[in-house]
Amino acid sequence: MAQGNIVGGIVGGALIGIASLLLLALNGRIAGVSGILAGITSGGAGDRSWRAAFVAGLIVGAGIYALAGGGLPLHLQARGSLLIVAGLLVGVGTRVGSGCTSGHGICGLARLSPRSLVATLTFMIVAIATVYLSRYVFS
Amino acid sequence: MKLIVSAFSSGVIFGLGLAVSEMTDPARVTGFLDLAGAWDPTLVFVMGGALLISLPGFALILRRPRPLLGAEFMRPTKKDIDARLVGGAAIFGVGWGLSGFCPGPAIAALSTLSPAVVLFVAAMIAGQWLASRAQLRFGMKVPKSFDDE
Repeated sequence: MAQGNIVGGIVGGALIGIASLLLLALNGRIAGVSGILAGITSGGAGDRSWRAAFVAGLIVGAGIYALAGGGLPLHLQARGSLLIVAGLLVGVGTRVGSGCTSGHGICGLARLSPRSLVATLTFMIVAIATVYLSRYVFS
Repeated sequence: MKLIVSAFSSGVIFGLGLAVSEMTDPARVTGFLDLAGAWDPTLVFVMGGALLISLPGFALILRRPRPLLGAEFMRPTKKDIDARLVGGAAIFGVGWGLSGFCPGPAIAALSTLSPAVVLFVAAMIAGQWLASRAQLRFGMKVPKSFDDE
């Protein structure tokens, strides 16, 4: 087993939970990153600014941590055309499936949504199979 | 204006959480997905830590008649478990497994100014746009709110 970041995981996860509560309690919105992002390019005009502000906040939040000396390690798992294909698949899949790790995985499960449970199990199992195939079968 | 400030604040805390938990590092994510290798349990603690807060929190907040600043709670209304939900989640799973990036961590990782992350996010936005276009073209209902689920 690899060295897991247990304390960072729990603290970071709690911060993500708090952020999703804030967006729900104040704005009445679900903190699903793929849906918030999609609404910037395809949503109504009056609805774009809070979405852009949330997305900018994601970058600023991680940036503050890096500037405070936290460090942001980045070990890329794909490069070039494979990275582009992966990006396209993530974009298409999160639109067709109406959500990602945050919308289905954290907010959807918190709402006890059966749809989100099915979606979360599906993308987890498929991603595990993809990693297995790419690392051990087609490596 | 208040709604923009609150959304930005939520985003900052969310991005901080992704950085603290190192979910911005794709190796942490593929390490979790690689059950046959040196399995990395970090993502379990991230999901656990988030749900520990969001499970009771959502229940309490959704008892209120309306949000503190917004007009109403935008709750996902779809109930059906169909081929679109499962197929879309599967397509997302392939991209997630190949790259170790899902939307939140990829956007937060833009703060590293890595050209590869910029490329991934650009491809992801293009994919979202193409999917929305295609769904409209084929007369499928695209949810107006664009909120997840």
